[in-house]
Amino acid sequence: METIDTDIAIVGAGGAGLRAAIAVAEANPSLKIALISKVYPMRSHTVAAEGGAAGVIKDNDSFDYHFHDTVAGGDWLCDQDAVELFIHEAPRELTQIEHWGCPWSREPDGHVAVRPFGGMKVERTWYAADKTGFHMLHTLFQTSLKYPSIERFDEYYSTDLVVSDGKCHGVTAIEMRTGQVRFFKASSVIIATGGAGKVFPFTTNGAIKTGDGMAMAYRVGVPLKDMEFVQYHPTGLPGTGILITEGSRGEGGILVNKDGYRYLQDYNLGPPDPWPRKKAMELGPRDRLSQAFWHEQQKGRTISGDYGDVVHLDLRHLGEAKIMERLPMVRELAQSYVGVDPVKAPIPVRPVVHYTMGGIDTDIDTATSVAGLFSAGECACVSINGANRLGSNSLTELLVFGARAGRAAAEFARENGPPVVDGDARQAAEAAEQRVLELFRRSGGNESIAGLRRDMNLAMEAGAGIYRSEDSLQECTQTMQELRERYRRIELMDKSNVFNTDLIEALELGSMLDVAAAMACSALQRKESRGSHQRLDYPDRDDEMYLRHSLAHYSANGLPSIDYSDVTITRSRPAERVYGGSAE
Amino acid sequence: MSERTVELEILRYDPDQDQEPYFQTYTVPYHEDWVVLDAINYIKDELDRTLSYRWSCHMAVCGSCGMVINGTPVLSCNTFLRDYPDKIRIEPLRNFPIERDLIVDMDDFISKLTSVKPWVIAREERSVDDGEYLQTPAQLAVFKQYTACINCMLCYSACPQYALNEPFVGPAALALAHRYNLDNRDIGRSAREDVVASNPGIWECSFVGACSEVCPKLVDPAGAIQQAKIASTGDYFLDFLMPWRRK
Repeated sequence: METIDTDIAIVGAGGAGLRAAIAVAEANPSLKIALISKVYPMRSHTVAAEGGAAGVIKDNDSFDYHFHDTVAGGDWLCDQDAVELFIHEAPRELTQIEHWGCPWSREPDGHVAVRPFGGMKVERTWYAADKTGFHMLHTLFQTSLKYPSIERFDEYYSTDLVVSDGKCHGVTAIEMRTGQVRFFKASSVIIATGGAGKVFPFTTNGAIKTGDGMAMAYRVGVPLKDMEFVQYHPTGLPGTGILITEGSRGEGGILVNKDGYRYLQDYNLGPPDPWPRKKAMELGPRDRLSQAFWHEQQKGRTISGDYGDVVHLDLRHLGEAKIMERLPMVRELAQSYVGVDPVKAPIPVRPVVHYTMGGIDTDIDTATSVAGLFSAGECACVSINGANRLGSNSLTELLVFGARAGRAAAEFARENGPPVVDGDARQAAEAAEQRVLELFRRSGGNESIAGLRRDMNLAMEAGAGIYRSEDSLQECTQTMQELRERYRRIELMDKSNVFNTDLIEALELGSMLDVAAAMACSALQRKESRGSHQRLDYPDRDDEMYLRHSLAHYSANGLPSIDYSDVTITRSRPAERVYGGSAE
Repeated sequence: MSERTVELEILRYDPDQDQEPYFQTYTVPYHEDWVVLDAINYIKDELDRTLSYRWSCHMAVCGSCGMVINGTPVLSCNTFLRDYPDKIRIEPLRNFPIERDLIVDMDDFISKLTSVKPWVIAREERSVDDGEYLQTPAQLAVFKQYTACINCMLCYSACPQYALNEPFVGPAALALAHRYNLDNRDIGRSAREDVVASNPGIWECSFVGACSEVCPKLVDPAGAIQQAKIASTGDYFLDFLMPWRRK
């Protein structure tokens, strides 16, 4: 197996990975950086984020407001020291990417413009029309090209972290073009691989969002934190799950049921007027809006469609000029994929799996429990999002914590010097290669990748969706256990070394099964309702028992074990979340 | 009653096993709202695990799934079965080496993108503490269109000049250089001029406009190249008349 020597290996080249790479390059240009991704950087799913990135910059806003919006939005499960740090670094990071060329939308005087977003007390979301993630990703990618110390390994699929004696020594990855496994020897490793929405059947997430980085860290003993918290975005297109940005509602769009009624007023989010109004109605938080849809559906007040029930997102009153200026991609997507021009007709939408609040357990410096291993972005749980992320906090999060991960990994490399790989680490790397070869050569299997994936998707939707119960979760965890057994019996049909996507999909399925089991088991254990985790059998929040982070620990032969850690509370005591007319 | 089906003829090539590319035909069910990528995914999941192609977002923004479908380079995720006859021919993007099946080698594209220095070369060094650069909506509008490129490479597949003359920097990279040249935060035009104004660069472009026709994001690289030619010509004459302004 070929060894590639580097100082810092970064797995994932989306927003967080690129930001981390630039931070390392700026902190210490003499450090060699291997930026490893299973896709070219501009294919990373940051590209699909639309609405914007939150950061306090205007005179009518304050750090206090951003802090309280975020903590209450997360139903008090956020670590408040992490939130504090996040809101203070946010404007600096957003300004930094402005200096790098991000084409933020502007006010007439040339200052950056902001728009309202769900659960935010004042408008503070920076945006680049409705392609904010796309512009941020391309700005970071293009900026990264000027640093000679960043060496990219595009289309390398990372399989395993190489750990011995509690220290991370690097990562193994398959060069997809040749099928060969390489060992990236590194002083420190940053995981920045994004979310895992693909464990569900109906998601805004791209095909690549399979939780590989989460699963890699999990398998070497780093717990996955708060995995039961999965965000449903309230407005996805039926069938495809394509995201229609919350910015649509920030600009004044409304949601109506089959009677043309703004149903959110029935769910502690009203009254409907005056509109638009912050933290009310369509600008409530995502968990509440998606839950309201579920209740409307139970009452038979949604609209039936070919791909499940929908409600209508109506933008017509904004007019063509504003839609073209602020929401051009929403118009393009609605016209292409559901044949609706939002200038003339309402868009059919339904809740869709969008974001994993949980992830690799890190401290506020992005460090994990394994020395030399760091993580940032959606794959990490630091945690600023708690039980429900507010829209437009995640694009900022990947900048703030991506940069912090880069600086922390650089510092770790400086303190610990070049990587020393002993016999144990070398053996671990060779074992990783052997696992890939075993899968590649296996014959006589009777299970199909597509079949297992479908069964996992359906079980997760049925058992761990917007509303959950003991019964649904018991069945779901049981299915996950069975799928894991069946996974040992898959066999590849493609035996080529060149760009073998059968092999990659098999490995991705393995990652997803690990992550899905962590989600289901964490959800089963949390016998309360908080934020995005809603239990029909435990409808109330239970701070006494569950104002704690869940930690799922990997088990090689069964379902994970779950324990808990404390939530850091500095200045906001848990209280009732209030939206609508009485919101502060 | 038999369900309606569509035949997909897909170019196959595995350098491990095949002397040369060939076409393989698959029959897939027809769905009114399926894009071509959905049909290809059906093949992958139900018919043939060995088919290789790139895709991710399924919403025409990640730029992975460019292919030549019935002769035209398109994104397979926003190209609908309903707009084609019942027999569809699918090939990898043209003008690039085939890595495997529908996957092409992107190395040349990436090196060209990098060659135009696609980052802000700042007019004034500015600290984050000083806040953002000012840029009015009108100043943004000057280059906004050229920021919309998703690097899908359809324009290279369509470009007759790139087909004949591989060193040609090509539409997307030139449009990106133009994007930064027009940005009021940037003064990098002279630094990019080596690549942009020299051969093989914009002067090779014969202004066929095929790049702009196939662009799924309406970037209009052909327009960018023509504008850049005019700007570079201006430089040339000013340098001729006023040699002291050369750097």
